[in-house]
Amino acid sequence: MTSSLSDVANAATPRVPGSRALGTGLEARGIHAWFGKHHALADVSLDFAPGTVTALIGPSGCGKSTFIRTLNRMHEFIPSAAMAGEVLLDGKDVYAPGVDVTKIRLQIGMVFQKPNPFPSMTIGENVLSGLKLAQLKTENKDDLLEECLERAGLWKEVKDRLGAHGGSLSGGQQQRLCIARALAVKPQVLLMDEPCSALDPGSTLRIEETIRQLSETMTIVIVTHNMQQAARVSDYTAFFLSDGGPGHMIEVAPTTEIFSRPKDKRTEDYVTGRFG
Amino acid sequence: MSEVKPTAPWKASKRDRIRDGLIFLATALFTFLAVQATPLKGKLAYFVLFFISYAIATGVLSFLKYGYMSAKDSAVKVIIAAGGILTVIPIASILATIIQKGYKGIKPNIFTQDMSLATSTDPLTNGGLLHAIIGTLLLVLVALILSVPIGILTALYLTEIKGRFTKPIRFLVQAMSGVPSIVAGLFVLSAVIYPITKANSGFMGSLALTILMIPTVARTSEEVLNLIPQDLREAGTALGGTQWRTVAMIVLPAAKSGLITAMILGVARIAGETAPLLLLTGGGDRVNGNPFNDPMGSLPFYIWKSFSAGSEEAITRAWAGLLVLVLLVLILFTTARFLSTRKVTR
Amino acid sequence: MTTAPVPREITTQPRRSDRVFRRIVTAGGLSSLLILGLITSFLGYRGFEIFRSEGLSFITGADWTVSYDESNNVVDSNFGLGAMLVGTILSALVAVVIALPISVAMSLFLNFYAPGWLKKILVTVIDMMAAFPSILFGIWGFLVLMPSVEYWAKLINKYLGWIPIFEVNPYVFTRSPFVAGVVLAIMIIPIITSVSREVFSQAPLDRIQAAYALGATRWAMIKAVVIPHGRSGVIGGAMLGLGRAMGETVAVYTVLNIVFQINWHVLLGAGGNVASLIVLRFGEATPYEIKALMAAGLVLFALTLVVNALADVIIKRTGKSGR
Repeated sequence: MTSSLSDVANAATPRVPGSRALGTGLEARGIHAWFGKHHALADVSLDFAPGTVTALIGPSGCGKSTFIRTLNRMHEFIPSAAMAGEVLLDGKDVYAPGVDVTKIRLQIGMVFQKPNPFPSMTIGENVLSGLKLAQLKTENKDDLLEECLERAGLWKEVKDRLGAHGGSLSGGQQQRLCIARALAVKPQVLLMDEPCSALDPGSTLRIEETIRQLSETMTIVIVTHNMQQAARVSDYTAFFLSDGGPGHMIEVAPTTEIFSRPKDKRTEDYVTGRFG
Repeated sequence: MSEVKPTAPWKASKRDRIRDGLIFLATALFTFLAVQATPLKGKLAYFVLFFISYAIATGVLSFLKYGYMSAKDSAVKVIIAAGGILTVIPIASILATIIQKGYKGIKPNIFTQDMSLATSTDPLTNGGLLHAIIGTLLLVLVALILSVPIGILTALYLTEIKGRFTKPIRFLVQAMSGVPSIVAGLFVLSAVIYPITKANSGFMGSLALTILMIPTVARTSEEVLNLIPQDLREAGTALGGTQWRTVAMIVLPAAKSGLITAMILGVARIAGETAPLLLLTGGGDRVNGNPFNDPMGSLPFYIWKSFSAGSEEAITRAWAGLLVLVLLVLILFTTARFLSTRKVTR
Repeated sequence: MTTAPVPREITTQPRRSDRVFRRIVTAGGLSSLLILGLITSFLGYRGFEIFRSEGLSFITGADWTVSYDESNNVVDSNFGLGAMLVGTILSALVAVVIALPISVAMSLFLNFYAPGWLKKILVTVIDMMAAFPSILFGIWGFLVLMPSVEYWAKLINKYLGWIPIFEVNPYVFTRSPFVAGVVLAIMIIPIITSVSREVFSQAPLDRIQAAYALGATRWAMIKAVVIPHGRSGVIGGAMLGLGRAMGETVAVYTVLNIVFQINWHVLLGAGGNVASLIVLRFGEATPYEIKALMAAGLVLFALTLVVNALADVIIKRTGKSGR
């Protein structure tokens, strides 16, 4: 990963947050996560300003995927899971008693590692599936469909075959379909858990373009193994590490800084490819 | 850094649980009063009314708190739980009835006497089901001896040889498991009794039971053999073993407890089979240790005969027989469970 | 210039012991084919005469009479299985209609609602229920369940009697196809439940998570992901249950009133069942009538075979469409 430093020159400078974005961002305070007795993540506090892209990097098993799943409460699907800390969306704790978890997940969308369109639905139905699942009303389905596919960069490729099944698309197209699906419910925040790890380089580039465009209107958190990708798409980068014990965050800084003058020696070792 | 405690904020808090409990009790009370006050009556009314009102109550509560989708979710949850309870009710009722009614008919003498000097309508202190127990054990034993080799060979064909008949044979085994037991009985009647022996005997019953048992043994064994890791077979062949030796000395011993499970499940499947025995075994009332000659009694036949006699004593006999039969099946079933939960190898 | 490489043919000459082994195992494997073939040919051979003399009316007719002269020669015979076939199908359908929703609810409960410990207990209990002997269901159904079911039947008749199949005339509710259907339903619930539980548990986890991440409630997720995935498997399970219900003998015999008259009214106490007919008539049947019973057995065999084969095909198809 020696080339990562050369990417720094091309990395975007951090934008002034909040100009056109929806909502007021997301804030994680003192997040811990457990699987049964196993303490997987310790004391992560991280601020996601509206309209920014934050990349979470770090070696496998450092808890970055676990962390991202605590943000939209997907963590709790593991039977033995437990957590501590607060996740504030618009200043309100998403884990507070009496919060409707389905509403939280509508506001914090998620794109998974492997594209997972619903196999029984057509392309069009897939995009609008979130509306159907949560029984949301919309005035004009066709406009929304076009808008979401347009923003996900897929409209031109599929506009003539919206009735085809999602499975008929290529892997990269399927992943953009999943992004379009997440956009249709108009989330403020989009979580992406290694969205390109199952894709070829060409598709990866298309998705990165999409991420840059989406960041104009929403807050994005992306977990990635690929440091060039972090450098290319993100405004901020957080480095996670597990040294035997629970994973924790070593440092967070504007992406240019992380890749040019990291404060921590371990971060430097990782971004320069000395380990990981 | 102070110690942080793991929490699960998504789980129901104490307050939630108290609230849920109160709703449950309130619904139960409402159901009780409603059944008392209206012309509705019976267990069915209690059951239906309770679940409908409970679904509505939790639905309304969720609606007030979270809205329409959540209301639907809560109501569906209650309906699905009701479906689960509906499954358990008959089992509970069957077990309760069988213990309650069969218990009265369990007297020491029924395990030492047969019915050769008694009729079904005699007092329970006279006669017993010794002949039936011995008969069932013999019938099952013979069926076991006949069906286990065939069943395991079939499973071996499907897992070890994997020849060109694999698909059709798997299909046929599946089809065979659907053969109605009465058809198996008729087949033995038409193929063996009429042309050859011209007489009922325990062995004829065992033949029919064999047909019913083969698919169970074959399918369970196939599942078990499929669990044996492929490298174990490859290790055997790589050491220069022939396929025959690999199977006989490595695969089958590794699958031993699983194969025993398959046999037990097969026995549990046929132990209570009634219809073919009515046609084939003659159903004697005397202890008969020879499956090849003379009518042979069996538990299902004994139950059937007592139940058909219809008097109070006879019905009690039938329940006692059922209790013994079900205990036998449950013991077999539990043993099979116990064996199959252990590791396949060793 | 190089010539295209030709793959070498690998020939293995198995040792003699292996050839013998393979032959024995193959023979054992083919035994199911042999047995099914023998059943067909022997029942066909015995029943052939009846098929020829009765023709199509063996399936469509509803009379079952035979008369003999003094020297026991058949004077006149009428063997029609129609009423029994209708009754068999009717009670099996009632069983599936009742058992299917309960089984689906149970399997959804097991997979998506029940906590681990409860799931373990319930799965054991249901498997145990599948191992209960059918005579137990018959006697329990007759002595314990039947009074309740008759009460339910009267309720259905009272409120839904205007629907033709719920008509009851004359007013007799005892031992109706409905009663038999309820008993059969209880017997096939474990079968349908275990098949549905299996196919539901194979619903792809990543799709389930995708649905939740889109703000779906549990039920919305089930409707969007689990049901479409498992639908054909559940139908296959129901067919399996249907086959079992059609072939059941003693449990039906004890709770069904066998009448040689085609009856589509489920609540009316007059039904038919091929397997029960065989038990009913077998005791006092003459050799000639036994032939008719053999023919009846063959028809039942064919019927259950077709239903089971369909079930098998449908269930296998789910496995493939999963991904």
